[in-house]
Amino acid sequence: MIMARMIMARLPIARLTMGRGFLRRLGAVIMKEVLQLRRDRLTFAMMFGMPIMQLLLFGYAIDTDPHRLPTAVIAADQSQITRTVLSALANTGYMSFTHRPTSEEEANALLQRGEVQFVVTIPSDFTRRLVRGERAQILIDADATDPLAAANPLAAAGPAINQALARDFIGPLAGLRNKADAVELVVQRRYNPEGKARLNIVPGLLAVILTMTMVMMTALAVTRERERGTMENLLAMPVRPIEVMIGKIAPYIVIGSVQVVVILLVSRLLFDVTIEGSVTLLSIGTALFITVNLAIGFTISTLTQNQLQAMQASFFMMLPSILLSGFMFPFRGMPVWAQWIGEALPATHFMRIVRGVMLKGADLGAVSGELVALVAMLLIVSTLAISRYKVTLD
Amino acid sequence: MPVAPPSPTLAIDVHDLVKRYGPRTVVDGFSLAVEQGRICGFLGPNGSGKTTTLRMICGLLTPDGGSGTCLGHDLVRDREAIKRQTGYMTQKFGLYEDLTIRENLEFVGRVYGLDRLKQRVDQSLERLGLTTRQSQLAGALSGGWKQRLALAACVLHEPKLLLLDEPTAGVDPKARRAFWDEIHAYAASGITVLVSTHYMDEAERCHEIAYIAYGELMARGTAADIVRQSNLSAFIATGPGADRLAVKLRDAPGVSAAAAFGATLHVCGPDRAALERAIAPYRVDPNIVWLEAEPTLEDIFIHLMGQAHDNAPGA
Repeated sequence: MIMARMIMARLPIARLTMGRGFLRRLGAVIMKEVLQLRRDRLTFAMMFGMPIMQLLLFGYAIDTDPHRLPTAVIAADQSQITRTVLSALANTGYMSFTHRPTSEEEANALLQRGEVQFVVTIPSDFTRRLVRGERAQILIDADATDPLAAANPLAAAGPAINQALARDFIGPLAGLRNKADAVELVVQRRYNPEGKARLNIVPGLLAVILTMTMVMMTALAVTRERERGTMENLLAMPVRPIEVMIGKIAPYIVIGSVQVVVILLVSRLLFDVTIEGSVTLLSIGTALFITVNLAIGFTISTLTQNQLQAMQASFFMMLPSILLSGFMFPFRGMPVWAQWIGEALPATHFMRIVRGVMLKGADLGAVSGELVALVAMLLIVSTLAISRYKVTLD
Repeated sequence: MPVAPPSPTLAIDVHDLVKRYGPRTVVDGFSLAVEQGRICGFLGPNGSGKTTTLRMICGLLTPDGGSGTCLGHDLVRDREAIKRQTGYMTQKFGLYEDLTIRENLEFVGRVYGLDRLKQRVDQSLERLGLTTRQSQLAGALSGGWKQRLALAACVLHEPKLLLLDEPTAGVDPKARRAFWDEIHAYAASGITVLVSTHYMDEAERCHEIAYIAYGELMARGTAADIVRQSNLSAFIATGPGADRLAVKLRDAPGVSAAAAFGATLHVCGPDRAALERAIAPYRVDPNIVWLEAEPTLEDIFIHLMGQAHDNAPGA
């Protein structure tokens, strides 16, 4: 009984001291952690600089409702009414007439290369049929690979045309004013007729997944050597920087290729995404893209001190590759400065190659510009990587 | 009959090496010559520039000043040639812990482009006594075995020069002895060895010693030479309570070092008369026996370290 009371009496005190000890030890660990964090300046800078920079960057850059999309016009019929129709389309703010191709083939090529988002065709008998009260058609071919970019412009086009024409239907044409469907808008959603988002997303994922794994893998592979102290041993042996670089990268090229095959197979079996164009062309583009990413990863590893920094730098590379490359949001929706950043990312160019070849059946001519851009990036990044990689420990 | 010994071939011959990191001069006018087939012990306090010097000799660092040759090759221009004929063992285990013992050796062999790779690796494993454990991960080895494996990897390409940076730090006495037996075997086959260490018994196993402090060479020669040239006097006191005198004598004038070894006391100083004056008050105790002794290498190095420290700018 007495014993029990004693224990009861002592318990709160014991608990209290235990609590104090807990806080003291916890405080010690927290303090040590903060001190260590403060020493790693690069990590510290990235932790605060990166979110702010990315918030500003992506906040201003991303627009899911892109305007002034490049449009090609084939106006076989030149009349006051066709001018009204075209200016009505332009006034929606969604279309900007940038090309005047003379033939349908030329227009198709523009669409396939992705130089224009829409092709507006006004047939030669448009005015005549309209005046006669017959059904007059206007054809809009849309590049619907990204359904998001095409949806709003197409929805706005019909009402805009009819409203504008209603103002023009005066005098002898006043009778047409009440005909709701005086002009029939024929819309062809090319490359993705059903407007399925996954047709656009799946090929894009190829670019994102490759960027994610390839850059990080190589970045970590080299910093790991430095962190574990094996780099000094490696440097003391007669291996050249180029040999280390290619040797480190080569296994990951194989891994990347396997990833691609897996993604394509799964896309085909589960999502019904097939390859419209040449598999060889797609493979060339993919191999090039993988190599560029690995070279970037290697460069990151020469700039960072430890694996944590390398990881953060890889994320720094990855986010714009997702957000500014046209993967998530329409590329043309971004302001010009953001488009320039996007153009500097290999993922942007690869995204265009993959979508072009897989969905549009693009040929070498149509994607040559993107391939050249990737080769140029590869040369620049490899030069940087080799110049940064040191044969000595200086 | 004139006996003109052929001028010995120098494996290492460097002059006035300087290395700076920002405003800090880590190695300052360091010169060293080591004859072929010799084991040269490289001693000095922590941070004295031993690792930096070794790295400059094997081409991992570019000297900011000075020149020299290593195996007859220019230190800066023929870096590749030096790398091919030198084995450098880093202070930290430099092999891959996530590769097996055999894979590590094979990797090193391939980098050097060795022929008969399988045979060489087999021989190396046998010499190490690791044949049965060859498929274990290198990371699973104990400290002593790791160091022996690293040494085996260093000599796989049959180098003419071995640069070992504190190869036995943290290794038990038996493994250390095995390690040094191997070093002597390599030296006997004509390999020159420059090995940094903090252990005095290891220093005594070297043919010659170079002592560096604060980036400068302070002493050079065989262990016996260094003891003779030191001009240090030493006394050993034995008897009850002798060891406790260390604290009292340490800061006395004329004493450069006083240290207890078990129950005995060891004191030394550069001036014999001054040293005797310092210990005189304690000599009256009949229970304590004072004997004059030879200074140990440790005495000398601690003394040198103090001297170097006095010379060091801003010290």
